[in-house]
Amino acid sequence: MSGGDAASVVVRPMGDRALLAEAGSLEAVLALHAALDASRPAGVTDLVPAAQTVLVTLDPAVLPLSRARAWIAEAAGPAGADAAGPGPLVEVAVRYDGPDLADTAELLGLTTRALVERHLATEWSVAFTGFAPGFAYLVGAGWPFEVPRLAAPRTRVPAGAVGLAGPFCGAYPRETPGGWRLIGTTRAPLFDPDADDPVLLAPRSRVRFTEVTA
Amino acid sequence: MSLRVLAPGLFSTVQDLGREGRAALGIARSGALDRGALRLANRLVGNREDAAAIEVAVGGFRAAAERDLWVAVTGAGGDLHLGGRAVDSHAAVHWPAGEELSLAPFVAGVRAYVAVRGGIDVPVVAGSRSTDTLAGLGGAPLRAGDGLEVGREGLGEVPTVDAVPWLTHAESPIEVRLAPGPRAEWFAASALSLLFDGAWTVGSAADRVGLRLDGPTLERVRDGELPSEGMVPGALQVPPSGRPTILLADGPVTGGYPVIAVVADASLDALGQARPGDRLRFSHARPSE
Repeated sequence: MSGGDAASVVVRPMGDRALLAEAGSLEAVLALHAALDASRPAGVTDLVPAAQTVLVTLDPAVLPLSRARAWIAEAAGPAGADAAGPGPLVEVAVRYDGPDLADTAELLGLTTRALVERHLATEWSVAFTGFAPGFAYLVGAGWPFEVPRLAAPRTRVPAGAVGLAGPFCGAYPRETPGGWRLIGTTRAPLFDPDADDPVLLAPRSRVRFTEVTA
Repeated sequence: MSLRVLAPGLFSTVQDLGREGRAALGIARSGALDRGALRLANRLVGNREDAAAIEVAVGGFRAAAERDLWVAVTGAGGDLHLGGRAVDSHAAVHWPAGEELSLAPFVAGVRAYVAVRGGIDVPVVAGSRSTDTLAGLGGAPLRAGDGLEVGREGLGEVPTVDAVPWLTHAESPIEVRLAPGPRAEWFAASALSLLFDGAWTVGSAADRVGLRLDGPTLERVRDGELPSEGMVPGALQVPPSGRPTILLADGPVTGGYPVIAVVADASLDALGQARPGDRLRFSHARPSE
């Protein structure tokens, strides 16, 4: 992964217990988040990646804001990204039975089977979460498609629905409204409130989809 | 069961110190809005400060002990009765089996904490017993008839304390310190002056997710929304309407409205006691470095 460019990361204030590092692009966020995660000092309470930023929350009694700024600047430099290893690999079994599968394939100029094959062959990784506990925004290495959201969002998307929107793939941890184009269904425990680790797909996790046909 | 809810009042939930450090998983901090009051209530009955207690909004809460308990009520103030007798808040009180604890509507502040020696023992979800009202984590808001277990872990002695110095945040205007936010340049220079010099009032939309403020319009010099970015409790978000909202503990972990400033951590407890119509006055937080 290429390093973030130190000059392009802007560190902004976010109150007295956080800083917002603006990396500018999703790729730069992935690199910056990986570098921060690999060099995380004591006193950092959370690293929250988003589309263009990484929010760093901290306990200023342990890590003063000024020292956190210096650490972020260093992590954003070329040496930072080298320290970051790959995230854990998670396999997610999907039945490709989504109500929008055929339409989405047609929209992308593919056969339904070709879209499924491309989705299965892609190595995905969690760029960030949001929207609901355990909802992960996945980006695919070499995934070239931009998928428009539905013109009218569904009022009910069932838990386990796997969808596409923009450059992202995502799976709904529970029933909510949603505008993503649904291509399949998974029974993976995306959010298990009783587990010690309730979220299956945390930022930086790598995700491989497998097909359920039976 | 150790105690039985007879009347939940307007809105009561179980809260501890929340789920800090899980925003990257999409999980908000949640937890007591007045953390100082929760900590004190727990100390008064010999609990760990982070034990779970009942957060009662507005008052009108009644519950009966089903075994002998110790209880302390802190935070928002109103008449407090146990077994028909008036008792003190901010003190450990013996709560015999069969007797009824009753919190009258509060006359100062909006959230009280009912801590029972041993802690309220509801299931831990993602590291906390707190109810997150936005994400729907933890138990549902309490209803009449609900039974609650009380734990027996982590107990110290019930301290011998005659009087606890305590000031319920009921001053108006409530003094709130603001630290810089990441998107101040989205606003006209006049907006920052208005923020600190203007008269602000807590609007009718005020809950655990956030407080909508009434006051001057904060004029933006940039339109549209940001790509979603991480939020923190205390973030002062300004939607295109120019009417700011202060996010609180159950607020969304990411958002697309620009944050002009962020409430200093030390001022958040006071906002947890702010009710619709209360006036707020913002001042600059002392730089922390």
